[in-house]
Amino acid sequence: MNEFVQSLRLWFAPQRIRDEGDTPDYRFSLANERTFLAWIRTALALIGGGFAVDQFLPELAWGIRAGLALALLAAGVLCALRAVNHWVRCERAMRRGEDLPVSRFPTLLGLAVGVVAVAMVVVVLFGWEGR
Amino acid sequence: MTTTERDPGLQPERTRLAWRRTTLSCTVVALLAVRQALYGGAGPAAIVAASLSALAWLGFLRVAHLRMLGVGTARPQPLSPRGALTAAACTVALAVCAAAMLF
Repeated sequence: MNEFVQSLRLWFAPQRIRDEGDTPDYRFSLANERTFLAWIRTALALIGGGFAVDQFLPELAWGIRAGLALALLAAGVLCALRAVNHWVRCERAMRRGEDLPVSRFPTLLGLAVGVVAVAMVVVVLFGWEGR
Repeated sequence: MTTTERDPGLQPERTRLAWRRTTLSCTVVALLAVRQALYGGAGPAAIVAASLSALAWLGFLRVAHLRMLGVGTARPQPLSPRGALTAAACTVALAVCAAAMLF
């Protein structure tokens, strides 16, 4: 948690990241940036999914539809915030010459997407007619 | 690229294309947001929601454009934390718009 607060401080004081360690080879920074962008795209895809559930499934009962959409949107927001956090931590680790941070977030995101998919299957099989 | 020594991995190009892909994803989401906002007719609330979505999209576009210019130099600087934060903030803003329009 302490580490999280530290990186949160780095978000808002960007010049401080340059105080630490040496500037890595620019190619490593660019690779880190592309990873960040890939996570942002994942977040955008989840948010787009949230919009799509709400717009293209009008047969669903409102509660189910809103619940699914909110779950996808929340996952998208988490993904975007975590993308920034992970990018800052990787950048700092590279400057300090430390190991890159490990994370259990991909597992959690995978599980969440799996749960949404299973919920969708259940809804299609049993609850489609409910308005 | 204005450099004479070519980077064999084409890292700046790949990064520029990654920004382009991400901008396209953002455009799709923004279009969905505007569609959602204007679906029930163009009342004042719908106009505000559509404008906010468009604003988030423009913010993202600006970050992406500046960064694509920045990557086009011989030895690109790393992405600034402010740029990263703005891109993420625009993404979150679109999600908040979506959640607000659910109700």
